[in-house]
Amino acid sequence: MFEGITEGLTNAFSAFRGSGKITEANIRDGMKQVRTALLEADVAFDVAQDFVKQVTEQAIGAEVLKSLRPDQQIVGIVNQCLIDLMAGDHQLAIKRDGITVIMMCGLQGSGKTTTCGKLAKMLKEDGKSPFLVAADLQRPAAIEQLKVIGDQVGCPVYHEDPAKSDPVQVCRNGVKQAKASGATVVILDTAGRLGIDDELMKELQRIDNRVAPDTCLFVCDAMTGQDAVNSARAFNEALELDGVILTKLDGDTRGGAALSVKAVTGVPIKYVGVGEQLDRLEQFHPDRMAGRILGMGDVLSLVEKA
Amino acid sequence: MGLFDRLKAGLKKTKDILRTDLRDLFKAGAILDDDVLEEFEGRLIRTDMGVAASDRIVTKLREDHGGRTVDVDAVWDTVRGELRELLKGDGSTNWDLENPLSPLAKADSGPTVILVAGVNGVGKTTSIAKISNLLQKNGNKVVLAAGDTFRAAAVEQLTMWSERLGCDIVRKDSGADPASVAYEGATKAVELNADYLIVDTAGRLQTQKNLMDELDKIRRVLQKVIPEAPHESLLVLDATTGQNGLSQAKSFSAAVECTGLVLAKLDGTARGGVTVAIRQEMGIPVKYIGVGEGIDDLEIFDPDGFVDALFSN
Ligand SMILES: Nc1nc2c(ncn2[C@@H]2O[C@H](COP(=O)(O)OP(=O)(O)OP(=O)(O)O)[C@@H](O)[C@H]2O)c(=O)[nH]1
Ligand SMILES: Nc1nc2c(ncn2[C@@H]2O[C@H](COP(=O)(O)OP(=O)(O)OP(=O)(O)O)[C@@H](O)[C@H]2O)c(=O)[nH]1
Ligand SMILES: [Mg+2]
Ligand SMILES: [Mg+2]
Repeated sequence: MFEGITEGLTNAFSAFRGSGKITEANIRDGMKQVRTALLEADVAFDVAQDFVKQVTEQAIGAEVLKSLRPDQQIVGIVNQCLIDLMAGDHQLAIKRDGITVIMMCGLQGSGKTTTCGKLAKMLKEDGKSPFLVAADLQRPAAIEQLKVIGDQVGCPVYHEDPAKSDPVQVCRNGVKQAKASGATVVILDTAGRLGIDDELMKELQRIDNRVAPDTCLFVCDAMTGQDAVNSARAFNEALELDGVILTKLDGDTRGGAALSVKAVTGVPIKYVGVGEQLDRLEQFHPDRMAGRILGMGDVLSLVEKA
Repeated sequence: MGLFDRLKAGLKKTKDILRTDLRDLFKAGAILDDDVLEEFEGRLIRTDMGVAASDRIVTKLREDHGGRTVDVDAVWDTVRGELRELLKGDGSTNWDLENPLSPLAKADSGPTVILVAGVNGVGKTTSIAKISNLLQKNGNKVVLAAGDTFRAAAVEQLTMWSERLGCDIVRKDSGADPASVAYEGATKAVELNADYLIVDTAGRLQTQKNLMDELDKIRRVLQKVIPEAPHESLLVLDATTGQNGLSQAKSFSAAVECTGLVLAKLDGTARGGVTVAIRQEMGIPVKYIGVGEGIDDLEIFDPDGFVDALFSN
């Protein structure tokens, strides 16, 4: 699948090789290929359209460099535009003094609970003392799951009887207990919900209002297709997200959701999940992601071939 | 609410997007030009059906109606016809809306074994609970096998569902061999004279070869007890999944010969269009759709209903 796209791009861009000048006409075919590549990578339709338009304008406006052939130059521009679009502050802000409260949110099954454990592990190794709060009272055995994960990390987990409590109360009590116990970072694991579920979105807002987390992270499955924009927008409107964590990137998904989510919310991607184990959390690298979305592990090698 | 209405309600978002927008797009009397077609292509791609399937529909539209004044009904017929064809495939699956169990295979004698697999977090365990509920409601005795011994508290999760359902469950400790759980599940199902055994499996990405081999092993071990097992290998797909769904269908089919899809989480804004591409490329039909987190939130999938829900008023 990847070969096909790479080949298509190479062919399209080779078509105007040696013409010495980038014009709208000779860039059109190549840009069609770029658009298809983006759509097949699940970049949202509107985002792909805008992107192609922007790159086209930029390429035509650009002076043809002596040192590069026009096809090389365009691949470079496409790649760089992707990187620029996904760039941002990829660091997680943790207060130096006092306690930092992080709230996780996202659709059902996106990887919130697992990522809570991964973050806790990472923070712990960084000398912080993390504290987990089990605020998913909905999914069967969600509390149990976080308890097991907390055990694995060696990190306390606050929970209440789901029959006698509600998520807002659990979060408030959890943060209180975390403070009392001297923790420095609290991570709230919330239940999965759909962006169109008003009741559950309001519940998240109540937690947001009552607990005032310092950071709100949206956990997004990297295999998400066109719907990524809808859910990211809904969560961002309800909560003003501070960051995105892209999960399940260990598979063969091209991960266009990364571009879509960033494009519609402006919220930077902080980390990527690359496995089920708790040590499988990595920094986000826009350049690697760009190559992946284009279906070219190494964009430079394409430039060489072209 | 009848099944059809519930299906439509579950797909309301899909319907809204495609119907209202498209009605605006294909204005009667206007010329069906490339701009309109490109706009339409966008609507199709937004369903996640992919570039190839969208192209096919757009090409057909261009051939049949391009450059002419729009006859809304004729355009609709073409779109609907193409989509139905894409979805129906060879027509080998029997759809009977009155009988929600109609898409499921049934063993000639002894327990029918349903193996449920899919990538992480798609909704396997929840779908198993829903299918069990459906089976029990129709007078069947169900045994569950907690074959996800890997993910934290996965066994507990399925156990909680079994308690709510009041059905038997075979489980082992976390970390146990999933194949041995499946084996014991099959033995138990035979011993209890159950009608169905449903085997849960851990979520796995299709690129993890050792874990895909493990699925195959589960299948082989089941066959030691029940030679025709599994009678049904369901792949659960998350409706929000994009083009990776195709890769999932290919790899899981290679491992366990998928007989059907369960399209979970169709109650959101996602449209699950990748199933069109899967149907087109691989012929695997969608059998059920998940429209919520509750035990009753499962509907039989009906291709005609799906297309009508997309395009009817
Ligand atoms: N391969 C892979 N699997 C992951 C990753 N992150 C999470 N998972 C798996 O995805 C599944 C869902 O993860 P959870 O952490 O339970 O997801 P959640 O968002 O808490 O789910 P709900 O609470 O039900 O909404 C589990 O099987 C996890 O092991 C990842 O980066 N890679
Ligand atoms: N809205 C909605 N949520 C669903 C549906 N089906 C499942 N879910 C939710 O999705 C999340 C994951 O469901 P599970 O059944 O645990 O998924 P799984 O595939 O077994 O996950 P792993 O075993 O971790 O791979 C849970 O929060 C479920 O409640 C559905 O049809 N609609
Ligand atoms: Mg969770
Ligand atoms: Mg499960």
